[in-house]
Amino acid sequence: MKLPAFEYACPATLAEAVSLLAARDGDAKAIAGGQSLVPMMAFRVASPSLLVDLRRLPGLKEIKIDGGVRLGALVRWRDILDDARLARAHPLLVAAVKHVAHYQIRNRGTVGGSIAHADPAAEMPGIVVACDAEIAVTGKAGARVIAAKDFFLGALTTALAPDEIITEIRFPAWPTGRRFGFQEFALRRGDFAIAAAAVFYDIDASGRAANAHVGVIGVGDRPMRLPAVEAVLNGARVDGDLIARAAAATSAAVEPQDDIHASAAYRRSLVGTMVERALGAAAA
Amino acid sequence: MKNTFIGAPVERREDLRFLRGRGQYVGDLAPQGLLHAVILRSAVAHGHIRSIDASRALTMPGVHAVITAKDMPGGPPIIPMRLQPLPEFKPFEQPVIAADKVRYVGEPIAVVLADSAAVGEDALEAIAVDIAPLPPVADRATATKGASALFEKGNTALVFSAVRGDAAAAFKDAPYRRREQFKTQRHYGLTMEPRGVLAEWDAAQGILRVFGAAKVPFFNRRILAAQIGLPETAIDMVENDVGGGFGARGEFYPEDFLIPFAARQVGRPVRWIEDRRENLMAMNHAREAEADVEIACTRDGVILGLRGHTYADMGAYMRTNGAVGARNVAQFMSGPYRIENIDIDVTLFMTNKTPVGTYRGPGRFETDFFRERLFDMVAKDLGIDRVEFRRRNLVADAEMPYRLATITPFESKDELDSGDYQSTLDRCLMEIGWNEKQKLQGKLIDGRYHGLALGCFIEGGAAGPKETVKIALNPDATFTVLMGSSAVGQGVETVFAQIAADALEVPLERIREVLHGSTAYVSDGYGAYHSRSVVMGGSALLDAVEKFRAAVRADAARRFGCAEDAVRVGDDKVTGPDGRALALTEFAGIAAEGFFLNKKHTWTYGAHAAHVTVDAKTGRVEILDYAAVEDVGRIINPNTLKGQVIGSLVQGLGGAFLEHLVYDDQGQLLTGSLMDYLLPTASDFPNLRSVTTELKPSPINPLGAKGAGEGGIIAAGGVVANAVANALGDFGVEPRELPLSPPRVWEMIDAARSNAAAE
Amino acid sequence: MTTRFEVNGKAVEVNVEPRMTLADCLREVLRLTGTHLGCEHGVCGACTVLVDGEAVRACLMLAVQAEGRSVTTVEGLSNDDDLTPLQKSFRKHHALQCGFCTPGMITTAHALLSEEPDCDADRVREVLSGNICRCTGYIPIVEAVLDARSAYRKPAGDRG
Repeated sequence: MKLPAFEYACPATLAEAVSLLAARDGDAKAIAGGQSLVPMMAFRVASPSLLVDLRRLPGLKEIKIDGGVRLGALVRWRDILDDARLARAHPLLVAAVKHVAHYQIRNRGTVGGSIAHADPAAEMPGIVVACDAEIAVTGKAGARVIAAKDFFLGALTTALAPDEIITEIRFPAWPTGRRFGFQEFALRRGDFAIAAAAVFYDIDASGRAANAHVGVIGVGDRPMRLPAVEAVLNGARVDGDLIARAAAATSAAVEPQDDIHASAAYRRSLVGTMVERALGAAAA
Repeated sequence: MKNTFIGAPVERREDLRFLRGRGQYVGDLAPQGLLHAVILRSAVAHGHIRSIDASRALTMPGVHAVITAKDMPGGPPIIPMRLQPLPEFKPFEQPVIAADKVRYVGEPIAVVLADSAAVGEDALEAIAVDIAPLPPVADRATATKGASALFEKGNTALVFSAVRGDAAAAFKDAPYRRREQFKTQRHYGLTMEPRGVLAEWDAAQGILRVFGAAKVPFFNRRILAAQIGLPETAIDMVENDVGGGFGARGEFYPEDFLIPFAARQVGRPVRWIEDRRENLMAMNHAREAEADVEIACTRDGVILGLRGHTYADMGAYMRTNGAVGARNVAQFMSGPYRIENIDIDVTLFMTNKTPVGTYRGPGRFETDFFRERLFDMVAKDLGIDRVEFRRRNLVADAEMPYRLATITPFESKDELDSGDYQSTLDRCLMEIGWNEKQKLQGKLIDGRYHGLALGCFIEGGAAGPKETVKIALNPDATFTVLMGSSAVGQGVETVFAQIAADALEVPLERIREVLHGSTAYVSDGYGAYHSRSVVMGGSALLDAVEKFRAAVRADAARRFGCAEDAVRVGDDKVTGPDGRALALTEFAGIAAEGFFLNKKHTWTYGAHAAHVTVDAKTGRVEILDYAAVEDVGRIINPNTLKGQVIGSLVQGLGGAFLEHLVYDDQGQLLTGSLMDYLLPTASDFPNLRSVTTELKPSPINPLGAKGAGEGGIIAAGGVVANAVANALGDFGVEPRELPLSPPRVWEMIDAARSNAAAE
Repeated sequence: MTTRFEVNGKAVEVNVEPRMTLADCLREVLRLTGTHLGCEHGVCGACTVLVDGEAVRACLMLAVQAEGRSVTTVEGLSNDDDLTPLQKSFRKHHALQCGFCTPGMITTAHALLSEEPDCDADRVREVLSGNICRCTGYIPIVEAVLDARSAYRKPAGDRG
């Protein structure tokens, strides 16, 4: 499983990196941690003619907390887990990242890489969608910001142009008092999710849920929010009955597929259980 | 013979190099002038090869040769079977490379020789293979229908029968009968080190050296010699460090011919190292079996008979040991239980999937699952306690030797040697806290259903017919032991040093080294399989020590000028009459070869019990506690023994819950990476306990030992499946298939709920 | 492509294709064969090495990406005279059989214990769940790592 041959560049500036990608007209790939790209190349299902290594690019490794949370694209999973500020600044992000892969992968894998790869069962795409994050990218046409809901177009497919590089992922501010829960089911610890749910809501003056966000992964070709389930929660008191209804609404709202690990029927039921348990944790 | 080191938890010598990364596995060898071999494998499950065009590949820089069947005058050699080599199997044996037909995805079609593995893989993409597809046979129904035949002789290789007593009569008026169907899934003895072969042809000396041998190097040398046209004495099979065997590594595979052949063709050393993608489709698969079985009992739960049909998917070819697991399914379904009347057959059928060989406890894991599941169902029907049902039917020591079912063809008779099966059952119940935990059965606590189960098993070991060990005295008064057994990670270097030290009555450090497996070391050897190394090799070692002493005595008698029986051989001195003495080092250079012949198997035995919880909403099963009790006759090294039990048990649990080689109906292997073929990790099964005892030494060898190493795996499937059934008793869930993955457990609950709702 | 980095405290310069992984570079070019290839797709952990003290899968890193970094392999965590406390603990607990996964276990455990000498059994299992072993069933490995914690709680110079 040796890699196919490719040219390799390690530019010092973002502009140079963009330019290198643009010149290959889609046949070049950016590489950061390589935790997703290299295995694909080892199986020879990906064979770009040029790899543009992003590791020297400045300013992409920081975690900034200023109202919201801004993750430089080269921030690694371990950087998130090591940053004590995030326990308060974005506990849902931290909860999800704890499920990502394994120890060694967390030392190399980056948030930008995960988003760009867009595996339908990966946690980070699920979190950015659930939290209405924004993805800042730079390409030959300049810089733009893509809303998370517009970013994932299908399995391993994003709105990125071949010459665009993710620079930052921006999360809205996380108010204190917000209720949240993250539940994932994988066959083994560290595996991709069979199904997972990332939920949060705020409590309004009358003690009812407001601004509910219910994001799920593993039940489609991309992560998604479930407005039908959010509608069940918004304006209601979150108790056992409501949670049960939300779970049922979840199962009704998704159209999962069969695969070698799980049937569609199983995923449909499982995602309902994930939402149920995530809400249970949120309400506790 | 002393007993200082036997039974002691001696730390392993092997560890000194493994811990430092100084092990030498075949992939670590890189002689000068090395060429790398990469194998082009069929991407089609069934078809006729119309053409292979390597012309473009041969123009690539760094590509030296592309070898196909056309380079083998007379056609590619056929790999013979090593075990149960019945004439009926001959038409189904595998050619070392595909000539006119491909029969499985992964079958070798060509061998590329290149400057590096990377260049070799590049070249694969440049070889055009034109295959006219044939309809694939991917399951038993298709194989049986026979519309598409893998071979001229069809898709059925053989049917074995396991018979004891008169099952027809036993069933005729039986007061109680129950018939059930069960299935175990395809999985395999994946080793952490994939396979590899390095071959060097020394034209000047006319010697072929093959590195990467394992398990049965002497047998493999015999095959290779015949295939490649060299005398056995011109071939050296060298065993390096080996990253696991589990039954799968070490049998004669296509590459064991192809790589030496390539080395002779090009006159340079050639090294092939299997990658994991290949390993998943090319290392022997195992365990795919079905049972349609019926049991007859008295109303008191005494078993009267067991009969039925079982089926074993052999894959595309009969491999060197492919018949073993299948035969075992039929022959050992009775396990440690008294079943006087048996009539079970096993059909070995062919499919367009990777060929099948043995995996630790071959056939036994499958058949124990079938039997123990049936037992719990029967106990429930009859209203008899599950433990009591088993007690009533366990063979007693006084009944041994107890004859098992006889297999035909290839008349195979086996009998249980010694055992106190009730004792290990008692111990197991005590360890798991059976009585205290009874009240938890089927209870829903904190969102989880609790279940409890147990199972009894036997493990066959010590396959004969022979093993050879040589012992040699070095000038510094240390000893070197040379074995015909092989090391596959089980610690033979240490265990044999312990036996040698005690037999010679010397400190452990005087055993300088234990060399294993290479054909240069002893005149004849058999290898490591069927849990035989301690019994066969250990006993041969005792014989070698005796013969060594006799040789020293004879030499001393000559030197002293006295009778041999006046000589005493001590641990560092040899004394004669009248106070004459010589240092032992005066006899340096004396070596003796011992052997042990054996026709009977040993049987370790025991019981396992599990306490599980089931999350009915996700289907996840968690093992809260698992106790594995096994009596092994004689413990040589308690640490390595426990390591074998726990390691084997985790493999069994992997088979029960996680591992599954999945094919589609086109014969395409869908589980093509370790993200899809799920192996147990450190998080999965942390709560396992092993207890080993020495209740009943074996009567058939001087050590009193029984082969251990496979027991842990054998009982696991049946026990956890019964525990899940016990937990989900209220739902009426009865697992009949493995693996018990969360989605499958959930599907069973869901189906049971729908059935209940429909009623 | 010429790449300069440090391996086990020694400066090295290699000239390799960009497609060569760090694992293959260590094994084939530098002849440090203690780092093993068990899967070459980032799952089994047998290839784990330390890069600037952090455990990484060497099969997923390109050799050229090691430029300017400090790499430590199992050989660099060993010495000729004696086993280190971690290695002694593995041996005592029979935490290895065939030895193939062992280098990855040693490097990973060393990284974990260096950062978290007070880790508990759950944390050890979590971290080691990225290293597959087929022989031991993991229980003795976890015991060995836990037993080695005391050696890592001492000042760095005493770790052997």
